Amino acid sequence: MPTFNDILIMLPEFYLVAAACLLLLLDAWMKPEQRNILHWVSILVVLVAIYLVVAGQPDVAVTAFDGMFVRDAVAEILKVFALLCTALIFVFSRPYLADRKLFQGEFYTLMIFATIGAMLLVSAGNLVMVYLGLELLTLCSYGLVALNRDSRLSSEAAIKYFVLGALSSGMLLYGMSMVYGATGTLALAQLHGAVVHAGLDHLLVFGLIFMVVGISFKLGVAPFHMWIPDVYQGAPTAVTIFVGSTSKLAAFGMAYRLLESGMGGLAGQWQMMLAVLAVASLAIGNLVAIVQTNLKRLLAYSTISHMGYLLLGLVNAGPEGYASAMFYAISYALMSTAAFGVILALARAGFECEEIDDFKGLNQRSPWMAFLMMLAMFSLAGVPPMFGFFAKLLVLQAAIHAGMLWLAMVGVVFAIIGLYYYLRVVKVMYFDKPAEGLELRPQSDGFLRTMLSLNALVLLALGLYWGPLLGWCRAAFAG
Amino acid sequence: MFNHLLSLVIWLPIVGAIPVLLAGAARPGLARWISLLVAVLTFVASLYLLPAYNATDSTMQLAESHVWIASLGVHYSLAVDGISIALILLTTFVGILVIAGAWQVIQDKPHQYMAAMLVLEGLMIGVFCATDALLFYVFFEAMLIPMFILIGVWGGPRRVYATLKFFIYTFFGSIFMLIGLIYLYLKAGTFDLHALAALPLTMKEQSWLFFAFLLAFAIKVPMVPVHTWLPDAHVEAPTGGSVVLAAVMLKVGTYGFLRFILPITPDAGDHYAWVVIVLSLVAIVYIGYVALVQEDMKKLVAYSSVAHMGFVTLGIFIAFMLVRGSGNLDAAKLGMQGAMVQMISHGFVSGAMFTCIGVMYDRMHTRLIKDYGGVINVMPWFGFFYVLFAMANSGLPGTSGFVGEFMVVLASFAANPWIALFAAFTLIIGAAYTLWMVKRVLWGDITNPHVREMEEINGREAFVLIAFAAAVLALGIWPQPLIHLMDASVSQLVQQLAVHKI
Repeated sequence: MPTFNDILIMLPEFYLVAAACLLLLLDAWMKPEQRNILHWVSILVVLVAIYLVVAGQPDVAVTAFDGMFVRDAVAEILKVFALLCTALIFVFSRPYLADRKLFQGEFYTLMIFATIGAMLLVSAGNLVMVYLGLELLTLCSYGLVALNRDSRLSSEAAIKYFVLGALSSGMLLYGMSMVYGATGTLALAQLHGAVVHAGLDHLLVFGLIFMVVGISFKLGVAPFHMWIPDVYQGAPTAVTIFVGSTSKLAAFGMAYRLLESGMGGLAGQWQMMLAVLAVASLAIGNLVAIVQTNLKRLLAYSTISHMGYLLLGLVNAGPEGYASAMFYAISYALMSTAAFGVILALARAGFECEEIDDFKGLNQRSPWMAFLMMLAMFSLAGVPPMFGFFAKLLVLQAAIHAGMLWLAMVGVVFAIIGLYYYLRVVKVMYFDKPAEGLELRPQSDGFLRTMLSLNALVLLALGLYWGPLLGWCRAAFAG
Repeated sequence: MFNHLLSLVIWLPIVGAIPVLLAGAARPGLARWISLLVAVLTFVASLYLLPAYNATDSTMQLAESHVWIASLGVHYSLAVDGISIALILLTTFVGILVIAGAWQVIQDKPHQYMAAMLVLEGLMIGVFCATDALLFYVFFEAMLIPMFILIGVWGGPRRVYATLKFFIYTFFGSIFMLIGLIYLYLKAGTFDLHALAALPLTMKEQSWLFFAFLLAFAIKVPMVPVHTWLPDAHVEAPTGGSVVLAAVMLKVGTYGFLRFILPITPDAGDHYAWVVIVLSLVAIVYIGYVALVQEDMKKLVAYSSVAHMGFVTLGIFIAFMLVRGSGNLDAAKLGMQGAMVQMISHGFVSGAMFTCIGVMYDRMHTRLIKDYGGVINVMPWFGFFYVLFAMANSGLPGTSGFVGEFMVVLASFAANPWIALFAAFTLIIGAAYTLWMVKRVLWGDITNPHVREMEEINGREAFVLIAFAAAVLALGIWPQPLIHLMDASVSQLVQQLAVHKI
């Protein structure tokens, strides 16, 4: 029987569900010109959720509802950053949405529900819960991608996302059913013991393969990356930023729950699968990004390569490796909010500012925005002293520690190749003359500019002092 | 007061770049004065290193250490020896001169130019102070960012190509060093250079690490055959960028040899010393000939830099041969000392040469030798300095260029007369390409009417050139203070060469 304690453990999620429903009502009652109130209330709602997550943090991992839901340090850290990213997205998106007549209640409600999905996913203690969280997250995302109904590109992206997403969910479910057939349990904790006990069972390994495919779809690693470029380019930038940050954190959480909490006993099997996927992602992501002319599409391919680096950490299959992968996921989420945030801040009505050429001579028009974008680019490229470098350092170290020196070598070779296209963006902003008649002024929203500046400067600050964050990540996996 | 002196010298220019940027494009005058003030203050602060440093003690001094990343055991640890101090002083000295040199030359966004210069200066000083391998790597790589901007924004027509090549080339080299460092970290559990030096390694491990380090630093020095980014970068960079690149940034490469290859992989270093020696001789002889045929003055000096840096690497690795081969510690020390003096001297001479070329370029907007001729007729004072630096570049006794080369040649002779013979070729080739350039640029009749319109150097340019000239002559006539400053550290390095780690 569910007890009051169960509800207390899940308080942040329950609270968010209630708040999202109330937001929906609020939106229905409010006049369109009062929508700014909704905006601020949504941000407040998310901030309170962060508070609830942090304040209710248990000392040891606790479970609720018969082990369906796990609240441990891993989930806490991922939730805090997922919520933080969502709050940032709200701040960055308002002028963009208003310019496109998309400034509506649905955006906020769907976004919060998707975040709830992400939270459930990273806290899942049961295969069913994994699936539920995942579906909540992705269903909301499909809707969000299609938010701009008049845009054919958006609709196309949403359909692609939906079809491929449904396919991957099916794969995942299929894998889960095999695992269930082999072990007779859906709870991850029991599953772990059963897998260790069963050893190399054919049905189990088969199920594992399908689960890895499902995870790869969600992370967007090659060769299951097909949806990423189209969705990144086609979705409104305010939604792309969500797919690139909050949902990447959730995808990492899902990978950890399934691979370690559930199938940890088969690490020897999935390590090699992930290594191959990592090489494919690094190669495809970095090589194809070189020829892109659309910045959003370029960042999509860069995501694919970044998820390859994240796998380098997971391949380690030890606490240190998971900590480095989580560190990487967090760093990627923050870099991606900063990079897309600049695009959002520069976009205007009728001008998406998403072609690389749109950034020509940005340093002449708006030196501060150019500087922020440069920080994001150098961080994505992994140049010290930026945050992204240390994230790469840790995953490389994890891979070498796991005895995969060759994989680390592949990683650094593609880092050099990747460097080129990030530098190209910096080159366009700093070395090129601005195009004629191009109006490149950032949005005048002062709060947006402040938060965006903070976001980008954090990439530098965390590069200079990343000890505490790594300490948390390590502590989360140490127990 | 000396507790945080090194941090002060590193961070003063970096933090000082913020007010320069804030001064903004609207107040270029203010930005210039603030950056000059910051550069001068940094120089003054770096002068305090001299009394604080005990030159008779060979250990690393003025150490600072704070926990940086607790869970990895990484420390923000700094310390210096005589060699570092000499290089830091070179950096802060050149720092003032490039700011002064760019005063009116840079009209487009001067505040950003000055700020990038100051950040670069701080990062380079950081490289010379870091005693933690990760910290070293961070400074080493972060340097690329301001230099990338400097060449790309204020450079010449092919600046984008040059700066991308510069960035990707150097990044390529160092990233394999990173793998090596991670490997060492996993083995030793620390990035502390002192601990890494004490770590026993098999020959196989040392060889891999040696080549990883060699790749990183050889590209930075640059050595043949990975020098091709340098002429491009030099030709396209603004004058100040070229000066910093030649005077200080190249030294980071040879400094890396001293801090990484010598202590961490001494056995592999000895085993493969011949590789580096051969490459150094190729740089000295072959690149000298390449310099001879250049038509672009900046390219000529760039190639001559490669040749001169060949002496530094030769001096360092000839010491391996002497210590391990014949046990001749005195000659080894001489070679090492020569390499160090050559590093500092080349900093002044190449910086001065690029400044001279910049002075002419500002008037004529061409760097091609054939566009000049008879410059001495319109700019006699400038001609005086130009000839002086050209003499130093070709290694005339009495100038700083002579001292280091002579010491290295002497040491090479003790190791193998053939090596000395090839090394000594530079005295001929160096004189040939430098003096021939002087002949075609300064002497002769004025054939290009634009040369007649060139104006004599102004006070600001004279200040920069006089400062360089004073340094070049002082080092050439009385190198003893510099040698004394580095003496204990050099002896320590030479003794380290003899330690087997297998």
